[in-house]
Formats: sequence, C-alpha cells, structure tokens
Amino acid sequence: MTTVETAVGQAKTMVLNMGPQHPSTHGVLRIVLELDGETVVKAVPDCGYLHTGIEKSCEDKTYSQAITLTDRMDYLNPLGNNLVYCMAVEKLLDLEVPKRAQYIRVMMVELQRISSHLVWLGTHAIDLGAMSVFLYCFREREEILKIFEMFAGQRMMTSYIRIGGVALQPPAGWRQTIEKFLKYMPSRVDEYESLLTENRIWMGRTKNIGYISAEDAIALSMTGPTIRAAGVAYDNRKLFPYSSYDEFEFDVPTRTDSDCFGRYMIRVAEMRESLKIVRQALDKITDEGAIKTDAPGIVPPQREKMKTEMEALIYHFKIFTEGFSPPAGEAFVTVESPRGELGCFIASDGSPKPLRVHFRSPSYINLQALPKLVEGQLISNVIACIGTIDIVLGEVDR
Amino acid sequence: MTENSNQNANVVGGRLSSVEQLRAWDRNAVAEVVEYRGETTIVVPRELLRATAARCRDDASMQFNLLTDATCLDRHPYEPRFEMVYQLVCISRREKLRLKVRLSGKDPAIDSLVPVWPGANWLEREIFDLFGIHFNDHPDLRRIVLPDDWEGYPLRRDYPVEGYRDIPVMPLGFTKTSI
Repeated sequence: MTTVETAVGQAKTMVLNMGPQHPSTHGVLRIVLELDGETVVKAVPDCGYLHTGIEKSCEDKTYSQAITLTDRMDYLNPLGNNLVYCMAVEKLLDLEVPKRAQYIRVMMVELQRISSHLVWLGTHAIDLGAMSVFLYCFREREEILKIFEMFAGQRMMTSYIRIGGVALQPPAGWRQTIEKFLKYMPSRVDEYESLLTENRIWMGRTKNIGYISAEDAIALSMTGPTIRAAGVAYDNRKLFPYSSYDEFEFDVPTRTDSDCFGRYMIRVAEMRESLKIVRQALDKITDEGAIKTDAPGIVPPQREKMKTEMEALIYHFKIFTEGFSPPAGEAFVTVESPRGELGCFIASDGSPKPLRVHFRSPSYINLQALPKLVEGQLISNVIACIGTIDIVLGEVDR
Repeated sequence: MTENSNQNANVVGGRLSSVEQLRAWDRNAVAEVVEYRGETTIVVPRELLRATAARCRDDASMQFNLLTDATCLDRHPYEPRFEMVYQLVCISRREKLRLKVRLSGKDPAIDSLVPVWPGANWLEREIFDLFGIHFNDHPDLRRIVLPDDWEGYPLRRDYPVEGYRDIPVMPLGFTKTSI
C-alpha cells in the first residue's frame, strides 16, 4: 500500500486484484488496479493464464494438421482463424482457390462475424446490467451455429476452411436456411437496438467512457472496431481485399466519438453490413461447382477417385502421412476478424512442417491499450472498457 | 527461392518505391531486399533498426504509421540464428512493408521500438518471453504469457515441443519419460 500527500491530508491508494476469476473479464484475465477511492490510478493487465503454446505445437504438425489448432485460438471466430491460416499456406504454395470456394468462405466468415458480435453484445450488456439482451443475442447465435453444424458437422470448432478450398459441398437445403435467416435477422438487430441505443442507463454507462484518440490508437497498433470508432477507416476487407471481397459492396462504418458507445454502434452497424455481404454471397454461390482447387499432392483427392485411380490413393496416403512441402520462404497474410486485424506469418524451410507459425492476434494487441482507456476512470467503468475492446482470452494467450 | 529487387521497379505509381526512398536516405540501411509472393522485405543492419523504423514512420513520402506485427523466427542450428520480423502498414497508401533484422545466437539483443511505436511494447515482451531476445531501452521487459519463474525459451527450435518437465502427478509407472 502506498501513501501519498494530498491537500486534505494523507491519502492511501489501494491495490486491487481484478481477476483472473472475474465474470466480466470474459475468461482468465487478471488486472492489477491501483485505486484512489473508486478512481483507477493505474491498471496493469496480466495475461497468460490460458497460454497453450499453439504456435509451438504448429511447428510439430504438418501444414494441414495445424488447421484444427487454429480453431481453438479465437473460439468465437474459428472460421476466420482457419481462413487466415489457410490463406497464408496457400500464399506460400502459390495456390489459387476456385471462385465458388472463395464466396463460400466469405459467407461463412461473415456469418461468423455476426455470431461473434452477438456474443460480444450479449455479454457486454450483461456486464453492464442489461440481462435480457443476452438472451435475445444467444437466440440468434444459436441459429447461426445451426447453420455451421449443417455445413461442417460441428457447431463451433468447424475446421471447415481447408488448404485449397473448403472441406465439404454445401449441404442440401442450405440456401433456404440462410434465406430464412436473412429474412428475420435485420429486424432482430433492430430489436437489440431498441433495447439499448436510446436506453438512458445504457447511454450513461457507455457514453464518454473509455475515450482514445485516433493517434493513440494507431500508435498502440489497435485495429478493428476500436480504431474505426476513432475515425480511422482501417478495414482489411477494403484496404487489402482478399478472398474476392473486392467484388462485394459494403460500407465500413466509422464514427468519431471513440467511446464505449461509439464502439457499440460500430459493431451493430457491422452486423448489418455483414448481412448485406451474406446476401450478395448467397446470390454469387452457384449450385454446382468446385469447392477445392485441383492440386494433387496438396488437396486430398475425392473419395470416388481413390476407389478407381491408383494415383489418387497414393496422394491421399502421402498427404496424410508425410504432408506436403511448400518452397522455402515467408508469407504474411491479414484478414479482418470481428476483433480487428488477424494476421498469420508462416516461414517455411522447405520441409513438410512449418519453421515458424505466428498469429498476429487482435485481442492481444488491443488489450494493450486497456490502461489508456481506464486510467482516471471509476472502477465500474473498467468493466465497460474491457467489454468494449472485445477480447477473447484464448486468442490473447494462444 | 528469392530474387533481388528488380531495378526497373524503382518507380511505383509516380513515386520512388519505399526501398529506394530508404536507400536514398541511408545507403547502409538497406542491406538486402527480398521480393517473394508480392511481399517486400528489407533486411536492416541491427544498429540502424530504430532509425530506419522512425524514418519509415515519419518520412512524408513513406508514412508507415502502423506497426501491425513483430515476431521472431529461429533458424537454429544455422547462424545468424534469429530473425526479427516487423510488419509495417501505411494506411493512406495501402502499402505493406516488412523489416527484418538478423541476430546472432551469441548476442541476441536489439534496440526496442517502443520509442517509435508504443504498441511494440507487448509484442516485444512476447518475443522476450518466448525467444529470449533482449530489447535495449524497453520500459517493461518482463515475461508476459509464461510464469515469471519459467526456465528456458519455448519457441526456440532447440526447446522440445513437450518441454522438459514430467507430468506432475501421475500413477506409478506412467511418467511421461516412460511412455
């Protein structure tokens, strides 16, 4: 405990341990807070409780085996993680993905963005005392997870996006299911907004709280909705289009208020934009066509071919025993995850296992700005600020 | 695998390419240029890293204002063993650039980039934690994802994937070394 002299006498600051087991830290994050009364003097985030060494494990797996590990990093955005990893490997291999597979990827990733924002909105609202929003958000998220189950057979750890395309053909009846979802979802987003946007308590808990300037946000390498709420239109889908994003029409919402409320509005607007993209993707995806690129030795052959062609069987065996070897070199690929710029850096030394796999995780780097957001604020606002950065601890610690 | 930068590609979009800008500023700053799969990598001498990074950020015709990522890779047993990799982005011109510094395994130390980009703080702490690279002038060089008393640097290539420790409490005859 430290003692400081103030105008009225001796004042003591208290050190408070928030977390690692605290419901509003959304996982296991510890924040050491130095408090003067209820005001935060200093905040020091302490992470690593969920460190699983995914980057090290990737070095001991073949390129296609590591996809399942990426699912488990940011568990609210597994498809986005699959995408960035597969795109990095495809770049190393100089592999072209069929258009149809690219559109399917875009559709899945945008659905994932909506579901991730729904979890964020629900838990953020529950942290700030609005219980019912949580129930509504999870109702719609459940529908999205059902779509994923339809496509990949898995609700969360889908591993649906694979090197060279996607794992499976879209299932029977997929178009109707997504049409149905697109029909009711816009009105559901209105519903959340009607519960929160003009709610006096919500505004009181979020407006003018957790401000960060655009210069500070860039200097601290922040990305995603946090930087767009500060007025910087930095979105990888627009700036460095990947997976045919340049063929889609959508806006990048930005605001200038850069507080918790602004970041909330950005994410709600992004949900609507994602719905627009899913709509366009639905029209672009044809009923028939390839979902994987034709690259023998890299993409596993079709089951039917394996029964009739010897080469297909050999390739299948080779891919799943020794893997494939991209040429030596490095590739860095970035995509826009719901939390910001998700990057994957892969270095190959020409062997079937990567020399180094590194993930630039947006949660980790955005969390760095937390002290800047909370210092000088009341302790109750710390919870609003953690929520508004939208961290996933699985991705922070990897 | 790699090719040196094409001399005809010096002028891009009516302006000198960033590589040429840097070369014009200080000949020694650009030790090597690697173009691979459309990505530009500039290998910078260790002593000039901070000055080069500051130049990339501040020069009006480059404006690489966002340090998006920093990481390290270990080429053990080859020397120089470590490669520091910095990914820069110029938001206004939509351009990416990678800076790379080679470090010997005998003296793995480099200038910190926190004075240039405060966001480098946690990125460098992570590299210190997992690779054991020392960053000069870093304000808060502590382990970040591993416990403070962890021994060794797990992301080095000579550190086994399973680690050095046995599984703590297992029935007799089922320790990891015996499996």
